[in-house]
Parts: sequence; structure tokens; C-alpha cells
Amino acid sequence: MSTEALAEPPKNYEVRPKSSGQFEDDMGELLEVSMGPHHPSTHGVFRMDVVLDGERVVKLKPVFGYLHRNHEKIGEGASYLASMPYTDRLDYFCSMTNNWAYALSVEKLAGLQVPERAEYIRVITAELTRLVNHTCLMGFLVQDMGALGTPLMYAFREREKILDLFESLSGARMMCNYMRFGGCRCDLPTGWLEQAQKVVDEYPRFLDEYERLLMGNEILMARSQNVGVLPKELAVSAGITGPMLRASGVNYDIRKVDKYGIYDRFTFRVPLGDHGDVYDRLMVRLLEMRESLGILQQALKSIPDGPVVDPRAKLRGFKPKAGEAYGRIEAPKGELGFYLISDGSPNPYRYRVRPPSFVNLTVLEDMCLGHTVADVVIILGSVDIVLGEVDR
Amino acid sequence: MKDLESIKQQIEAGVAGAQVSLVPNDSPANQPSLLVDAAHGLAVATFLRDEAELRFDYCSNVTGVDWMETEQKTKVKQVFDGEEKEVEQVVKMPGYLEAVYHLYSMELRHGPLVIRLRTKNRTDEVELPSLTPVWRSCEFQEREIYDLYGIVFAGHPDLRRILMWDEFKDHPMRKDYVEPDDYEYEPTPHDEVLAKSKAHYPAEVKP
Amino acid sequence: MDEGLRNELSKQGVFTTTLSDIYNWGRRSSVWPLQFGLACCAIEMIAASMARYDLARFGAEVFRPSPRQADLMIVAGTVTKKMAPQVVRLYNQMPEPKYVIAMGACAISGGPFKQGYNVLKGIDRFIPVDVHIPGCPPRPEALLHAFMTLQRKIDAQEMSGKARPRHLDPDAPSEFPVPQFGEHDLVPSKNDKVWEPAVVVRNG
Repeated sequence: MSTEALAEPPKNYEVRPKSSGQFEDDMGELLEVSMGPHHPSTHGVFRMDVVLDGERVVKLKPVFGYLHRNHEKIGEGASYLASMPYTDRLDYFCSMTNNWAYALSVEKLAGLQVPERAEYIRVITAELTRLVNHTCLMGFLVQDMGALGTPLMYAFREREKILDLFESLSGARMMCNYMRFGGCRCDLPTGWLEQAQKVVDEYPRFLDEYERLLMGNEILMARSQNVGVLPKELAVSAGITGPMLRASGVNYDIRKVDKYGIYDRFTFRVPLGDHGDVYDRLMVRLLEMRESLGILQQALKSIPDGPVVDPRAKLRGFKPKAGEAYGRIEAPKGELGFYLISDGSPNPYRYRVRPPSFVNLTVLEDMCLGHTVADVVIILGSVDIVLGEVDR
Repeated sequence: MKDLESIKQQIEAGVAGAQVSLVPNDSPANQPSLLVDAAHGLAVATFLRDEAELRFDYCSNVTGVDWMETEQKTKVKQVFDGEEKEVEQVVKMPGYLEAVYHLYSMELRHGPLVIRLRTKNRTDEVELPSLTPVWRSCEFQEREIYDLYGIVFAGHPDLRRILMWDEFKDHPMRKDYVEPDDYEYEPTPHDEVLAKSKAHYPAEVKP
Repeated sequence: MDEGLRNELSKQGVFTTTLSDIYNWGRRSSVWPLQFGLACCAIEMIAASMARYDLARFGAEVFRPSPRQADLMIVAGTVTKKMAPQVVRLYNQMPEPKYVIAMGACAISGGPFKQGYNVLKGIDRFIPVDVHIPGCPPRPEALLHAFMTLQRKIDAQEMSGKARPRHLDPDAPSEFPVPQFGEHDLVPSKNDKVWEPAVVVRNG
């Protein structure tokens, strides 16, 4: 594949037929349907109790817990470090950002510093994770709309390239378990940066191809525009974060707000949507990937040499002082936070994960009311949930 | 963001009768919190959201914490037969359940403000006001606390179990929860697992 | 049939086989899995069906959304106690011949989440499993290996006698009881006819 970018893709996709999304009001006999937990398009074991009037949704109650595997209880019984591999399995698309959020919280709790090089590695791996997540999400979402096969296959082809990078870095494809308190587990292998540079250089070509393939597609626009509109005020009140919030037009990116790590050193823009519908959510993610590539280019060029872990951070017998800390990062799905209470023992007294996709589901019913069953599936897809994180 | 002491004064001035106290946090994170009395929880939350200088319009994280009964040994001077003696006295501190809210402001971009609400005990008086009317984001998270800790949120629109099934009776995140004995053989048990193993296979079986 | 004669005939363009062989060949070359993911391993299962690993080489790329059309259940991920009744129900709904691959440490034994109060310690407590794949998560290559193992298992079956598959045995059960939600645990917490706990011999 040549590294040369394709011609600039067309940008004016504004077709948006102004249908009100309302149906004529003739309540017939109501039908109760349980969608899930085994349903091919619910992205895992998620269930929705839907009440239908014909094809139209009049009530929708999400049912959780089919993947509740007691992450928090296990975390309270294990030492601080032993929870690190469990965080990989929260949002199993994005193990690197999960690691980072947990490491960040423990660093806050124990007052550890992270060396310069480790900060850069964290940014690089986190942005690569964002690429993986958004690419796969777009593939799955388009598959939910009926484009079986091809877009998802393209997405997974690109995912494999990044997973190869993760594998040479950490030894595992998905469950990287790479970050440690006060840095990273090991330094980059020789030649890794060049490989990463190659992947990053080639990625825009895939994005252009993907964008031209999908975003101007008539069917996709008809299916996604004006579907599942989320108003700004509701989004803020319901604690929506991540691309879903920004698609509703709220400028809130924790990378910009908290400036955690070294994100204040990079120039990047925060894409915002106007309408807050499924199409905007898709588009915001696409634009976010382009910004991530910008961050990656900057980080790969300026990464310094040096140690990758704080020498004061000790792994064995790690006992932070009694107290509590809440640390959060902008994970690909939204605000991922860890709330830790230490009582001075080797185990956290309270270990809490603030999962973005769980909270983002709060407005699922509001978005789905009045739409058809087929739309429910894509609205759920556009929320971008991973059940490992929703149920923990 | 203003410091916590002035926010506390602002709340006490804005909400009549609210009792707010500062909970210190010694860790390097430096995130102290405000303990709000349960009776005024809803009013304080509304105040924090609507006050123009604060505008905490985004409740990020809601979580429960289980604090068990603790025993504190204190030395008390008592007078016995006209003679003063130091006697060690064991004071039982009652346990309680706690709901912790992490608030941020999307409009003014500050935070976090941590507020805590405490129940009276861990057994029968476990009611707290629900803050879902103020922040929609509390809806599922409060249901989760109800499920796993057993705090009853008064005024919650739909308080049901969320993660465990409806027939489930226990509150598994409590510190004194005993899980069902479905231990399975492990070749090298140790620590807690060894204890479980011995409880599950009490009889010594000779080959 | 004599192997040399068979080779000689195949050189002449005459292929000979047995009914059992062709029956097994047909079954093993079109094992259609149920499109059914539980947790992390499901992503690797999808990855295995994508272009790089290409499950289609084994005739198993047709993921069926309905259990009525599926031959193979890949239990890909942690089975929680809340999910276990549904998994058993799905298994019961699949027509014979049906196979189960327990993919990943969680499906085998609970894996890293074994200590959890809501985690089933292995799906083989309720349904019989044909192939276990270790790993957390197993790589797609491991899933391919499991497929090949399953194909070998099917190949070794005969149409009658002791080595016949379960669906040709009228006495073998095809459905298993679905556990119910109890107040503290699943009722029953295991199916005694399928799974027996290990007997521990401890000296002192």
C-alpha cells in the first residue's frame, strides 16, 4: 500500500431530510419484546425490554448484569498491582487506556511522578487504542445497519496492524497489561517506533477510503441522520461523555480540560457535532481519529530517551498512605475514572470503576422513543458500549 | 475552583439549615470532600448545580462505600473510691454506608467537588435522598449502589436491582458478604483460597 | 478396503469411500457456529473469522444468529450466573448434532474471575464441552486449532457401535435442565449428571 494519501474526500454530506421522526398517533395493541441477551447486534450480552406499538418503540428498559464479573469486589481483595491485569478486561478493545486510567489514579493516590519517556509512550499507545476502538466501532455500527462483512473486515484489517504493534510491545494482542504505577512495564523494543511510524503514516489512506466508502453513502445517511437525537442539555445532565457528548455539541474533552499526562504539549482540535444524531456520532469519531493521528505524528517525532518508570515506585509491598483519589482520563468511549480509597493496607479499601459506557446508556430510552426497532439497534451501536465495562 | 472552605460557607448561606462538614484527605491526591447531612442532600445538590459561581452541572461518578463497625480503644480517667485510675475503654463506632458523588462543571470546567452522604447505620436505617432529580447520570449508578450495597434512595424513579437478578437477596459488595460455597478444586490453593478449600473439603480423605 | 487398491483406483480417477467417511466429511466441513459472544474472547472469535485468520477455510465462517440453524456453540467469554440459564437454553435449542467449544479460561473454569460471586466456574457444570481452549483470551490461531481438533473428533466417529456420535444414540440426552435464579445462587448450582466435582485427597 502506498503511503501517499488519496485525494481529499468530498466534505459536503449535508443531505439531512428534515423528517420530524414522529409517527401518526394510533396506539394499537402493544407488544413486549425482550431484545437480548443473545442478540446478534447488541454488542455482547445486553438486554433491552422493549414495548412496541407496531414497529415503534414506546418504552425501553435496559437490563444489565449478564457480564457482571465482580471486578470491584475482586479489586478490593487483591493488591494494587494485581488489579492492573483486570483493568485490561474492562473495555476489552482499549486495554491501554484502561491501564492508564488506573495507573493515573494510583499515581495520584501515592504521589508518584512519571518519567518523560513513559508519558510519551502512554500517549502513543492511548491514541493507537483510540484508533482501534473507533475503527472497530464504525465497522460494527455499519454492520448493524446491514452492510454485512466488508466494512467490518476493513476495520479488522487495520486493527490487526495496531495489535501487532501492541503485541511486540507487551507480548499480548488484546490484554496488554503494559502500564505500571509511575511509568510503563518495559521500554520500547528496538525498531518499534519506526514500525509505529509506518502504521501511522499509512492510516490516513485507510481513513480516506473508509470515509469515501461510507460517509457519503445514501443508505447510511438515510438510516442515521435524524435518528437518535440527543439534545445538549440532556447530554450534560445525564453525564454523557466522550464522542457521544461532543456529537451533541458540548465542547468537553478531558484531554483538554484536565491536561493530564502531557496532552498540553500537542496541538489537536476537538471535533464537535451539530445535530447529536447517529450520523454525527459516527462523524465525530472519524474526525477524532484524524486528530489522533496528528497527536501520534507529533509524539513519535518528539519522544525523548530516558527511563520508563519512576525509580521510587516499588512494585512489591506497595502501600499508599490512607486517603482517597479519583483519577480520570478521556478513554475512547468517554470519561473512564477510578476511585480508590486506601486504608494504608496493601489492598484498596474501595476500588471503584466509573465506566463511561454504563453511564452513557442512561439516555438510551430517551433516544429510542418513537423510533423503529431497526433504529434501536443502530442507536445502541452508536453509543459504543462494551459489556465488560458496562457490567464490570 | 474555589477552595472547599468557601464552598462550604456558600452552601450554608444558600441552603437554610444544611449541615456541611469538611472531610480531610491526607493522600497526595489532595481531594478533600464535603459531608452533607442526608436531610438536606437534595437541596444542597440543587444549590450546587444552579449557583452561578459553582455550576456543578455534571455528576461524574456515584459510588457506595461500606464502613464496618470499628472498635476504638481510648484511655479514660475514672475515679474509683476516691482514687483516679486510667481505664481502657472500648468504644464501638457504629458502621454506616456512604454514597460519594464526584461533581464537575462542564460549563466552567472545574472540579472535582466530592460530596458524601451517610446513612445512620448499616442495617435498618439505610435511606438516603436520591440525587437523580438533579443529575440524570445518577440514575443507573444509584441503582447499582442499591443493588450492591443496599442503600435505599428515596425519590429514585425506578429503584430496582440492576446487576444481579431480581430474586437475589444479598448485597454482595458489603464487606461482610458471604458468597455461596461453590468452591472448585485447585491444585495449589493458598491464602483465602486455602481457607475456602479447607472449609469445602473438611473431611480428611486418605488415599 | 485395501489402501494400495484405493490409491491405484484414485490414480485412475475412481474414488472410493465409505458411507461413514462421507457422512463425517460432510459434517466436519460445515460446522456452522452460533453467533454468540459473551466477553473478551468474542472479539478474538470475530478476529478469527476476519480476513487475516479466515475461519472460512474450515467451512465455519457462517455465523448463524439463530440457535436453530447452528451446529456449534463457541462459549466465548465469562459465563456469569445471570447468563448461565440463557446459555443452557440456547444449547437446548440447538438441533443435534451439536458441539461446544469452551473458549478461554473463563468459559473453562471462571479464569481470572473465578473468585467472583456472580461468575460461573466453568460452563461444563451445565453442558458437555467438546473442546477446551486455554488462554485469556486465546489467540485466533488457538481457535483455529480448536476447530481442527473438533474436526478430528468428528472424523473419528462412526455411524454405529460404541464410537457413534451422541445424536445417533437414542438414549443420550440432547437437552439439559436450565438452572433457575435463587436467592443466593443458581438453583441447582451445577448439573450432577454432567459435572462432578474433583475429589480431594489431602494428607494432614
